[in-house]
Amino acid sequence: MSHAASVHSLWTLAAAEAPKKIPAPHIEYAQLSPTLIVLGAAVLGVLVEAFLPRRARYHAQLLLTVVGLAAAFAAVVALAAGGYGSDKAHVAAMGAVAVDGPALFLQGIVLLVGLVAAFTFAERRLEPAANGRPVDSFAAQAATVPGGDAERKAVMAGLATTEVFPVMLFAVGGMLVFPAANDLLTLFVALEVFSLPLYVLCALARRQRLLSQESAVKYFLLGAFSSAFLLFGVALLYGYAGTVTYSGIAEVVGGTTRTVDPALAGTMGNDALLLIGGALVLMGLLFKVGAVPFHMWTPDVYQGAPTPVTGFMAAATKVAAFGALLRLLYVVLPGLRWDWRPVMWAVAIVTMLVGAIVAVTQTDVKRLLAYSSIAHAGFILAGVIATTPDGISSVLFYLGAYSFVTLGAFAVVTLVRDAGGEATHLTQWAGLGRRSPLVAAVFAVFLLAFAGIPLTSGFAGKFAVFKAAAQGGAAPLVIVGVLSSAIAAFFYIRVIVLMFFSEPRTEGPTVAVPSPLTSTAIAVGVAVTVLLGVAPQYFLDLAGQAGTFVR
Amino acid sequence: MSFPLLTATAAVPALGAVATAAVPAARRTAAKWLALAFSLATLLLAAVQLVRFDPEAKGPFQLTESHAWIADFGVRYELGVDGIAVVLIALTALLVPFIVLAGWHDADPLETKSTRWRPTQGFFALILMVEAMVVIAFEATDVFLFYIFFEAMLIPMYFLIGGFGDRAGERPEAETATQRSYAAVKFLLYNLVGGLIMLAAVIGLYAVTAHQLGTGTFSLTEIVQARANGELEFATTTERALFLGFFFAFAVKAPLWPLHTWLPNAMGEATAPVAVLITAVVDKVGTFAMLRFCLQLFPEASKWATPVILVLSLISILYGALLAVGQRDIKRLIAYASISHFGFIVLGIFAMTTQGQGGATLYMVNHGISTAALMLVAGFLISRRRSRLIADYGGVQKVAPVLAGTFLVGGLATLSLPGLAPFVSEFLVLVGTFSRYPAVGVIATVGIVLAALYVLVLYQRTMTGPVKEAVRGMPDLRVRELVVVAPLIALLLFLGIYPKPLTQMIDPAVEHTMSQVEKGDPQPDVRVNDVEAAK
Repeated sequence: MSHAASVHSLWTLAAAEAPKKIPAPHIEYAQLSPTLIVLGAAVLGVLVEAFLPRRARYHAQLLLTVVGLAAAFAAVVALAAGGYGSDKAHVAAMGAVAVDGPALFLQGIVLLVGLVAAFTFAERRLEPAANGRPVDSFAAQAATVPGGDAERKAVMAGLATTEVFPVMLFAVGGMLVFPAANDLLTLFVALEVFSLPLYVLCALARRQRLLSQESAVKYFLLGAFSSAFLLFGVALLYGYAGTVTYSGIAEVVGGTTRTVDPALAGTMGNDALLLIGGALVLMGLLFKVGAVPFHMWTPDVYQGAPTPVTGFMAAATKVAAFGALLRLLYVVLPGLRWDWRPVMWAVAIVTMLVGAIVAVTQTDVKRLLAYSSIAHAGFILAGVIATTPDGISSVLFYLGAYSFVTLGAFAVVTLVRDAGGEATHLTQWAGLGRRSPLVAAVFAVFLLAFAGIPLTSGFAGKFAVFKAAAQGGAAPLVIVGVLSSAIAAFFYIRVIVLMFFSEPRTEGPTVAVPSPLTSTAIAVGVAVTVLLGVAPQYFLDLAGQAGTFVR
Repeated sequence: MSFPLLTATAAVPALGAVATAAVPAARRTAAKWLALAFSLATLLLAAVQLVRFDPEAKGPFQLTESHAWIADFGVRYELGVDGIAVVLIALTALLVPFIVLAGWHDADPLETKSTRWRPTQGFFALILMVEAMVVIAFEATDVFLFYIFFEAMLIPMYFLIGGFGDRAGERPEAETATQRSYAAVKFLLYNLVGGLIMLAAVIGLYAVTAHQLGTGTFSLTEIVQARANGELEFATTTERALFLGFFFAFAVKAPLWPLHTWLPNAMGEATAPVAVLITAVVDKVGTFAMLRFCLQLFPEASKWATPVILVLSLISILYGALLAVGQRDIKRLIAYASISHFGFIVLGIFAMTTQGQGGATLYMVNHGISTAALMLVAGFLISRRRSRLIADYGGVQKVAPVLAGTFLVGGLATLSLPGLAPFVSEFLVLVGTFSRYPAVGVIATVGIVLAALYVLVLYQRTMTGPVKEAVRGMPDLRVRELVVVAPLIALLLFLGIYPKPLTQMIDPAVEHTMSQVEKGDPQPDVRVNDVEAAK
């Protein structure tokens, strides 16, 4: 609080008496080390791409990625162990980045998700080898025109891209900053830093490139829209508060700031700016979260993107975006609680219901999981709305549980293939349980976790957020949540029926035997799903301890 | 620390499930024996529970275990049994070995080409898994712990219904598979919706206890105690809403009219042993939970809802019986008969008299045994002719007299013939109901008449009369089948003549439950006094 106040006085002072010189920024490098390590590894990755011979790149990139993410995770753990998650939590980098419990917790999850996703990115045994070389699920040469000569040649030559690794690292770097951003400009920059690599990654599918590029364009255009909304909202909020720092805005909202910035005397404290600006920023974040009515991009992008990317994006984006949303609502706008809660109520209810109901009609596994992710966004929003410490920790827990289920589920999707690549149409999954009982059983575990069946992490997460919501006085939300869970259960069950109780089709897909990379990813997914379902206490404790934002 | 008997009783079948599932594809028979061994070990542990349990002891629960589990949710791993639970655990542990034996060949793969597809191992592993979950649901004294297994048992049950059915006779395989998966999905969705509505109530219960006690708790003993001390008071509407959430789930499971429609499908399509598992074991959790959770947690709301529930159970009794009379399919007939019997059980529970509830608990046990006997013999019959239609049979008693005889005993038990076990419980339920609600008691009695009708007509059409062509040469019961049926029939006779071992277990627990219901009652109403006078 005192620190935040000093930061604020710094701003107001600076405006009152024209600054003679710009002070050199004071950066706490050690506390920002997770982000710096990941971005550093990404930059190194670009250099590897530029200078290493093609045949050496794959292993170098994979090593660099894994080491970078693991080192960053170690840094997060070290910071948390050093007390930055609790009593030493503060705002670093001149008020731009918060180092506190929720930030460290979510950064840890994003890094682990990135690490596991990197394994699925590196899988090279599923696609049939081209020209005697193993290839991955990414385009042979991203710059080639789909269906063109250059593409055919690149495919024939068995080329494989390795730039996906640094691109992914850049995305992870942005996602690390996003939930920790403590001023609106950092928030925006982080948003762009993780979004742009994702747009690129979406366009890189080896098979069905047109669909993949279409998804990337859709994602990009809609993402650009949402970015513009967010930026506009940032501008309005600046006009309202005279500052972009979270604590500064919160003070103006709370009425504790009396000094008026002379340059903004005409607009400061104008509630219209606050409400419109707040709403626009919220829209930008709800877009990334995939909440109705900003969910339109989700199914197309999930379907078109290369499946490893879908898994990564579905898990990590949600974690980062909900982190940012939580911080915005709990740090910047708690004074406005009575204004945003009804709106978020409506958004949560519509999101849960639309996600669950529309999913029933889906016939493609990836689209089905996309709508399921929308429904899950609604469940998480129910926890966000609680506005209690329990609400924060339940959302943190849910995000951790959900992201590993999602990663695992999409990793399984990469295994079920026919001649045309991945077989994602549901009818192709008929009888999978007969042919490959283990893969089908694993996928069934993930589906049951999505459905929130007890003894899976999905149930523990759902219970945590609903409990928080009920205690936060949102009992109707719990009832809607329970009803949409029932609807959602229907389509998860339908997939299980299809896998286990339908006769296999003669020309049906086969299950490819993956390398240890994908197997590890799936095994981690199953392990986390079961562990968090049976013994969630340790992780709940962790989330509980991490449940306080710094201001 | 003493030996965790209750945990062991649930852990042994769970381990058995894992072990059975791990048996290689070619060693099918080994998997069967392994499953049987584990189910017998569970029976042994259940017997130890019966011996160690002291009906005279004070306190609501015995053999208790309590460990920290999920502190954030206020959840503890709390187990304990009262007389009702210990008897039902014994029933479960008793029936499962028979179910395993009866289903010995039900899951043999038609072709042995595939090495990875291991239906036999899966079948027995799933049965043991269900047993483990049912046992722990009976033992749980923490609402959350109970809820977890109440819900989780749906998944293995679902695979048992959807994955394994009777060998197709005249119907094409694809058609039976479709109907089977329809039945499985219907079963799962009904129960899942019930469970999810209960989840909302479970969360609500937590919110109320957290609000009033400072820390949320799911412990049944703590909540009951806090209510007795006046530390915890439910607002009337809250209590009613929570009660309805719980009761809805249990009424789906039990099942009570109008939430019963999944049962005939599930029992019709599943193999006979699985049908027994559904109706004699899993469904008992529903009626048991009404006694343990609905009445003890929400006594006021239970009394408030009693008139409606009595009407629903009356409808169940009559509607189930009437539809049983009209069935052309043997297994569906038994399913509707079960719905009628569940009506009696619920009637006994909500009659709110010691006799009624004691009778209802006894009924749960007796219904389990009698339905198991009838259904398993029916299954043996069906496996011989490969048809479930009553019209396909006739004159069986001439070619397979032992089969027909055991079928008759099972049937007579189902219609509550005096001298067989169900008679005692049905009589107690009716007397218990009559002493408080005479009109309801009288109407319920019609159910007995209808029971006589559907059982005797079933017997007459299938077993007597001229021997049908398709039935000719039908083999009589084999040794394995006799081993299944004979003990069940012996038990029916024994408990029919001498039910005291059971009643002395059950009665103190029922009286305790009754005292919970009455305790919260500020003004004893007139009818309670009448009951006291009648005693």
